[in-house]
Amino acid sequence: MPSAKPKPRTAGISLAKAPTGIQGLDEVTGGGLPKGRVSLVCGNAGCGKSLLAMEFLVHGALRYGEPGVCMNFEETEEKLTANVASLGFDLRALARQKKLLIDYVFIERNQITEAGEYNLDGLFIRLAHAVKTIKAKRVVLDSVQALFAGVADSAILRSELQRLFRWLEDQKLTAIVTGEAGVHTLTRHNLEEYIADCVIALDHRVTEQISTRRLRIVKYRGTSHGTDEYPFLIDEEGISVVPITSLALTHKALIERVSTGIPALDEMMEGKGFFRGSSVLVTGTAGTGKSSMAANFVSAACARGELCLYFTFEESPSQILRNMRSVGLNLERWVRKRLLHFNAMRPTSTGLEGHLAAIHKLIARQRPSIVVIDPITNLISASGSYDVKSMLVRLVDFLKVAQITSIFTNLTFAGDPQARTAAAVSSLMDTWIVLRDSKPNGRPKRELYVLKSRGMAHSRVARELIVSDRGLELGSLLGDHSMDGAEGGAAKVALGE
Amino acid sequence: MKKSATKKRTARTRRDFFILRLYIAGLTPNSVTAISNLKNICETKLKGKYRIEVVDLLEKPQLAKGDQIIAIPTLVRRLPPPVKKIIGNLSKTESVIVGLDLQPAR
Repeated sequence: MPSAKPKPRTAGISLAKAPTGIQGLDEVTGGGLPKGRVSLVCGNAGCGKSLLAMEFLVHGALRYGEPGVCMNFEETEEKLTANVASLGFDLRALARQKKLLIDYVFIERNQITEAGEYNLDGLFIRLAHAVKTIKAKRVVLDSVQALFAGVADSAILRSELQRLFRWLEDQKLTAIVTGEAGVHTLTRHNLEEYIADCVIALDHRVTEQISTRRLRIVKYRGTSHGTDEYPFLIDEEGISVVPITSLALTHKALIERVSTGIPALDEMMEGKGFFRGSSVLVTGTAGTGKSSMAANFVSAACARGELCLYFTFEESPSQILRNMRSVGLNLERWVRKRLLHFNAMRPTSTGLEGHLAAIHKLIARQRPSIVVIDPITNLISASGSYDVKSMLVRLVDFLKVAQITSIFTNLTFAGDPQARTAAAVSSLMDTWIVLRDSKPNGRPKRELYVLKSRGMAHSRVARELIVSDRGLELGSLLGDHSMDGAEGGAAKVALGE
Repeated sequence: MKKSATKKRTARTRRDFFILRLYIAGLTPNSVTAISNLKNICETKLKGKYRIEVVDLLEKPQLAKGDQIIAIPTLVRRLPPPVKKIIGNLSKTESVIVGLDLQPAR
């Protein structure tokens, strides 16, 4: 019999949690799954629920000293082991160390005849035996739906499942039960009706050939949780969820300044440049020097010994390096010194959520002081109808909390200088620099002005931006930017920058 | 090793011999009913051609995995092949006869 010692409650009435060890998930659940309770993870085939469950067990075994039993109704031990081997999980080793036990439950419907009353004690005994063998603290049932195919009497099955869930809780086991999504319900057999404490829904949609994965906490008794959908990523390290990093605007505004890399532009901003940890938007038509501006900023930061992450969605890193050489920027040396890291992604390879998840993860790992996203336009075009802005809010928030200075470039089109996309994200940005072509005297020129820069008295005049093999410089005054009207004829047919 | 080889030979030579294993979990009403129902059916249909093994999973839980036992009681026809399973207290005699593939009484 279990000892009569009452379990210490962490803080007053707050619920004890069993961390999943999955990046981001423990943040959005306030510490993990309810300890000693049954949680339901549901979603369509291929949504990642089995992986989530398996990670819960593996991390539990490796990091939290909680051995786990996986009762699998769909895949054999061998297949399961092979599936997660690519994530670096060695289930066989864990099994040898008695940290994990996989029990494959095979139900062959056409082998079975029903002849009279029965219950599912066999399943209970197997599970109890497995739990006892390795002193398990965690249990996964993946997926109990298979039982419905194997047992004709669903009334028996339902009452037995309820008994099973109660038994798990009596044993103080933290459990994940997975379930296939139903047509109009969360799960096909309304399993959610039996699970009172925590229900997590996963979703994998493909819209316009772009796949996006999202996670939603449908319910979590006793814990406040966001009802948002969180994008998540499945890569070679398993699942990572992008949490909302700040539910309130609580990040600290820094007063430290960082040079833009262009002395004259610093001059336009109180002689000091951007605020550290601020977000900067650089918009401009094709060929106006957005990438060059970003690269210039990065180069200056690297020269100060700061770590920079450069996400590129249009050009390959080698293309950028070559192009920047032509404007007098030698970025290779920073790459060699491991101060500058390029990450090239195809915008359409995954949805916006996927990109954000990947960006989030890399930033969290590398902890750079500067991040460049070049250009953000492609990210926006990679998104479907989903609310782009809320996703970007999360990214910008995350960067600010981490006190990372970020530059986002955005391509605008001639005649539509403040394109809708830019307008959608500009309110998130602390500084907005506009680049454009103009033809003051019939001679094409690039011009630059600071449209806004929060918290500083910045210059409001437009200056000529001179891009040469000596780098970026600002030239003569071109006047107040409110005298617009030059965009019309300036649509330069530029093939890259 | 030797034992199973002997078993195989028995199976090959005596296609009509039944080895039936009944899984129970303690002597619950359903288990008791299943045992007596099974004995009755075998005596009627398979006299002299059967052997019944009763496995109590409360005593040997490790045996549940081998025959993929979920429901209790479960009757497994181990011989002759193919393996067949009948779940329940075996009170539906006709279902048991069909499930075990026994010749119907004529």
